[in-house]
Amino acid sequence: MLGTCPTLAVTTSALYGIGMGLSATAVLLGSNIAISLLRKLIPDKVRIPAFITIIAGFVTIVHLLLQAYLPELNKAMGIFIPLIVVNCIILARAEMFASKNNMFLSILDAIGMGIGFTLALFVMGSIREILGNGTWFGIDISGEAFEPATIMILPPGGFLVFGFVIAIFNKITSRKKKTSEAEAGCASCGMCNANEQR
Amino acid sequence: MREMIIIIISAILVENFVLTKFLGICPFLGVSNNMSSAIGMSGAVIFVMTIASGVTWLVNEYLLVRFRLEYLQTIAFILVIAALVQFVEIVLRKISPPLYKSLGIYLPLITTNCAVLGVSLLNIEREYTFAKSLVFGCGAGIGFSLALLLFSSIREKLETCDIPKALRGLPITLIAAGLVSMAFFGFQGLFAK
Repeated sequence: MLGTCPTLAVTTSALYGIGMGLSATAVLLGSNIAISLLRKLIPDKVRIPAFITIIAGFVTIVHLLLQAYLPELNKAMGIFIPLIVVNCIILARAEMFASKNNMFLSILDAIGMGIGFTLALFVMGSIREILGNGTWFGIDISGEAFEPATIMILPPGGFLVFGFVIAIFNKITSRKKKTSEAEAGCASCGMCNANEQR
Repeated sequence: MREMIIIIISAILVENFVLTKFLGICPFLGVSNNMSSAIGMSGAVIFVMTIASGVTWLVNEYLLVRFRLEYLQTIAFILVIAALVQFVEIVLRKISPPLYKSLGIYLPLITTNCAVLGVSLLNIEREYTFAKSLVFGCGAGIGFSLALLLFSSIREKLETCDIPKALRGLPITLIAAGLVSMAFFGFQGLFAK
């Protein structure tokens, strides 16, 4: 349950979901590589500011690339591209994984996490686009079957769809195995612990 | 003056950061489960957002724009905010221990609150003047607090409800947030010409 803000904000269509997911993956990959290479050089006390600076650097690179080559996507995402800096996933992976493992493992971790995040955004985006707009990747698929409910691509729809997606996910995982309830909100992002240690 | 009032009211109600702009959802979900921590967090957020709006505006105007470094905006802002939060923490501890005691533990969490970086970026994007930025920052902070306080009481009620097992915890909170967000949509036409 990490990186909630972009999950809700940009998933008004499947395409934007994938765009956001891939941008975050690119940043995660870059920052994981850089941090795993620098992990012995960064003093423990200033590691969080150092990580944030490295992440912000990669976010700037991605932001400029998007502005140059995909201006429309960049415009649609608005301030959520620069806001990748404060996405919990990236800092959490830096803190929990990249700062403790070598470069090769960190790359694999970044790719795995990135694909997971992109997939989640893609699913959310698809549900909201189909229900809210009757299209999928801009192709009309609802036809005459149902009237699209615009509310789904507006903010309230984001909260509702996300709530139900998590509920379904909980249902499936609880049937498979009786695990303890998933931690909610930012408790699981590792950021809070990181800050307390500082 | 009229414009200032419009900015502050629209920041609180029409473009409520949490419910219509999806900024600051993580702390919103994280600390809204009890009233007292919600109050502490609200105070800290209003305080930091107002100061951060002002400081990042000055940094942008007199450093970045002047030396044509606008592309460094993201890096500069996040560092300014991180430093600012530390600074506020130290100053508060020195001059007002009781205030520090009530806000202290929430301050470090604010660095990663995307609402703070969001408000700084929006101020620049909308080309607000210095005074307007301050007002917008303060209004956005109040809007965040309003959502947080509303929700902490809703969640306390939810605790006592009989909810299907799969919906318990985060899902029901999100669905409730969706409903409140729908209500806030009613403010959308407030300033329509």
